Amino acid sequence: MATTVLGETKAHHKSAGHAPQSVLWSWITTVDHKRIGILYGATAFLFFLIGGLEALLLRIQLGRPDNTFLSAELYNQIFTMHGTTMIFLAVMPLSAMYFNYMIPLQLGARDVAFPRLNAFSYWVFLFGGLFLNSSFLFNAAPNAGWFGYAPLTERTYSPGLNVDFWLLGLQILGIASLAAAVNFFVTVLNMRAPGMKLMRMPMFVWMSFITQVLILLAFPVITVALILLMFDRFFGTHFFIPSGGGDPILWQHLFWVFGHPEVYILILPSFGIISEILPVFSRKPLFGYAAMVFSGIFIAFLGFGVWSHHMFSTGMGPIADTVFSLSTMLIAIPTGVKIFNWIGTIVGGSLQMKTPMYFALGFIAMFIIGGLSGVMHASPPADLQQTDTYFVVAHFHYVLFGGSIFALTAGAYYWWPKMFGRMLDERLGKAHFWLMLVAFNLTFFPMHFAGLHGMPRRVYTYSAESNLGALNFIETIGSLLLGVSFLIFLINVIKTWARQADAPADPWNGATLEWSIPSPPPEFNFVDVPTVHGRDPLWETKRQAGGTLPEPKRASGAGIHMPNPSYWPFLTAAGVLAIMIGVLLLPKVGPWGIIAGTCLLFFSVYNWAFEPAG
Amino acid sequence: MTTLRTSLRRSLGFWAPLCLLGMTALAACDSTKYEQSTLNPRGDFARMVDHLFMTTVWWALLVFVLVEGALVFAILKYRGKPDDPEPQQIHGNTTVEIIWTVIPALILAMIAVPTVRTIFRTYELPTGRDVVTIEVIGHQWWWEFRYPQYGVTTAGEMHVPVGHPVALKMTTEDVLHSFWVPQFAAKRDVFPNRSNVLWFKAEVAGNFSGQCAEFCGIQHGRMGFRVLAQDSAGFQGFIARLKATGAPKAVAAAPAATPTASGTALTVSSTNATLAPQQPAPKPRGSHSRAAAAPAAPPVDPLVHAGDSVFHKRYPCAGCHSLDATKRLGIGPNLANVGSRSYIAGAMLKNTDENLAAWIQHPQRLQPGVLMMEMGVTDADAKALVAYLRTYR
Repeated sequence: MATTVLGETKAHHKSAGHAPQSVLWSWITTVDHKRIGILYGATAFLFFLIGGLEALLLRIQLGRPDNTFLSAELYNQIFTMHGTTMIFLAVMPLSAMYFNYMIPLQLGARDVAFPRLNAFSYWVFLFGGLFLNSSFLFNAAPNAGWFGYAPLTERTYSPGLNVDFWLLGLQILGIASLAAAVNFFVTVLNMRAPGMKLMRMPMFVWMSFITQVLILLAFPVITVALILLMFDRFFGTHFFIPSGGGDPILWQHLFWVFGHPEVYILILPSFGIISEILPVFSRKPLFGYAAMVFSGIFIAFLGFGVWSHHMFSTGMGPIADTVFSLSTMLIAIPTGVKIFNWIGTIVGGSLQMKTPMYFALGFIAMFIIGGLSGVMHASPPADLQQTDTYFVVAHFHYVLFGGSIFALTAGAYYWWPKMFGRMLDERLGKAHFWLMLVAFNLTFFPMHFAGLHGMPRRVYTYSAESNLGALNFIETIGSLLLGVSFLIFLINVIKTWARQADAPADPWNGATLEWSIPSPPPEFNFVDVPTVHGRDPLWETKRQAGGTLPEPKRASGAGIHMPNPSYWPFLTAAGVLAIMIGVLLLPKVGPWGIIAGTCLLFFSVYNWAFEPAG
Repeated sequence: MTTLRTSLRRSLGFWAPLCLLGMTALAACDSTKYEQSTLNPRGDFARMVDHLFMTTVWWALLVFVLVEGALVFAILKYRGKPDDPEPQQIHGNTTVEIIWTVIPALILAMIAVPTVRTIFRTYELPTGRDVVTIEVIGHQWWWEFRYPQYGVTTAGEMHVPVGHPVALKMTTEDVLHSFWVPQFAAKRDVFPNRSNVLWFKAEVAGNFSGQCAEFCGIQHGRMGFRVLAQDSAGFQGFIARLKATGAPKAVAAAPAATPTASGTALTVSSTNATLAPQQPAPKPRGSHSRAAAAPAAPPVDPLVHAGDSVFHKRYPCAGCHSLDATKRLGIGPNLANVGSRSYIAGAMLKNTDENLAAWIQHPQRLQPGVLMMEMGVTDADAKALVAYLRTYR
């Protein structure tokens, strides 16, 4: 692997006269896990805002019955893109931001196991996101829903580019997720500081590790499903076409074998974040560490045995319904254990009510509601009424917004000083929290009732006679307020950005290793790789030092070997994108686009492999 | 005490959203004003599901109150200040952890037992001589209903007799759809080349709302339908009128009065007195070509007569739409009783003359992407068509 001695690189850069315009180049070629983390975060937040704007457009359309703000076609495109964006371009990469930035720091490592692969993951993710969203420019955004049920997605019923953009875009994003998962899987297993045994790892690392295992096992399934669909659409196969001997049910099974673990891919990192924040702001270790680890593993394991609960209405027969119903209910037990352990953590603590703690507690309160409605439609007969209605929309927003987004926001307030060296404003943070909590419930709680009172999901409008106008109007107001709450966050970021980057290394009395180094950390993270003697290593160190530690000094890092920057990951990612564009244009330009992309890919991989060491 | 009070006041924000939730919950609970409410069941299937659902709701409410209560209590009680001494460092408690693993398991068992019992009931298709079988066929974006026992087909409005078990055998001719009449039964998805079943028994008469619940393309949002639950006489009259649209004129005058002429209706009407027709069905007026041959036909409205020729000659209406309930085209909705349907266009529009004309003239304006083409139907033609279609009741 290409490495260089840090001090020399800097000297070299200076002597080579690299002008300030190379800032962009330095970001394109970076292999620093922290910079890649920031790239992930910034990109994902941008996509989150786009997905949020899409949600607002949907809500405005549904604000009153028989509305014509959006056409049916545009509504279908936007709801499909809202779901796809939020899952693959917002929540997953926001989690990836924390994987990138925090896993090496919490493990006491100087970088991830494969820094260039890490850069590759990011660029593929970015290109995938741009590819998907570029469909709007051609008025051909995906319009068949984020789970794209066949045969609607087949060429007969969706002749346009819309579904092509969707399936190729997801394929690109899957490559990014798989590459990152390999990387973090190996990082967690191989890059831990001396003494950092598995059962001493911070809970965020544990939950992230489980997430990588889920990605490694679940994404190949969707990859296969998408390839089969691609064959159907481009090469005339009949995997999901009944008249050709195929079966649309097969698509559903393949999709949900991926899709349900995907739910845990979205929520487990959040469980980890919450498990970091609660102990720090309760000044008390996590309650039942081992139970937390094993319940996470148990959830992930069961997560592969419940996929058909998305398919109760397909009529699988009483035996299958029973099995998937019971396995789904079983998941409530380890999830309950987690919630009780979180409450157990704050009981007897000394709660420091800072913004991250507000969001973490809000997460618990909201996630309980999402969990309870989840148990309700674990019961297949009840689910027959609730599935594909706004009740389900309410449920998954309580777990994905009330859950993941609350937790990711908690993480943002918690780790912001570490990542950017600036404290976010507490008053604005709390204003953000309260407005978000109220607006969130205003938006999504009435959806339970809208669903129970007969409003199907994915309808571009509804009649006045349905009487659902009032509920929908409340939801729309709530969603607009929800948008405002994120404006407060943006104001907070802009306002504090103007300040000097003078955040202390350890503003919250942290328990984990990332708080032992300066904020933001130097490129090499740790001058001396720490030795770990137990859980909550920084608390242990502080206790031995009699309370507090002196502010760590910024060291030069001279003599520390760090990986060289490289532009090959970027070009390799561009090769992946070019292949997918080639597939998209297959009917127009023949195989030449694919051939060109493949050439670029192989050329870049070759040069990547034989890139000379610094 | 005062500290608790101040912390309560400070935590007003915690209660405000909860109160808000409670208020919206109360306001939204009156299920009778929602025409597709699952909480207002009017059929045995929906009632069974509602009963199970309410079981889960009560357990969920109990858990909600206990756990959220514990959370809020802990937040209020354990607020600390930065200079407070470090709290006792507790790492866990095995007994407590076992207890809070077992209790949820027990609660889940309380839900699981009735769930499993109900699962098996959802698949038990009713049998017996008074069962009315209906074949449901999903289309982009309308529903077709066939009555194999009577050999008739209709669309957009399903008629069922009150108090009789209805067995639905469902499929689709294009993409996936999901059949849903919330007040009678729950959903079942429909698949091409596959038959899915659902059943219910309507408890009261009335006009109920149903809708497709599986995203099926551009007009998924407007793929509604109606279910008309009628007393036996009304239902038998409906069947008789539909059969009459296909029968030769002489028989059509009194189709159900002669059991031999009513074909498959024999099985039901002769075995079940309550289903016997009580009145002869009115014959269709102005029916194409047959109307002229009818010696006792009432004088035909000239507009109706014009509509006949507009429908059959000027525009290709008949290429997709059958006016004969015994002949299934399966391309566009069967129109044999379109004149008497309560709604048209996927239950989007009330079946008024103006709406019917608007729909005939500009289907693409009302539902962009729908498979019915803009034919450039003139106002006069539309008026004639409406008059003509009104005779098919």
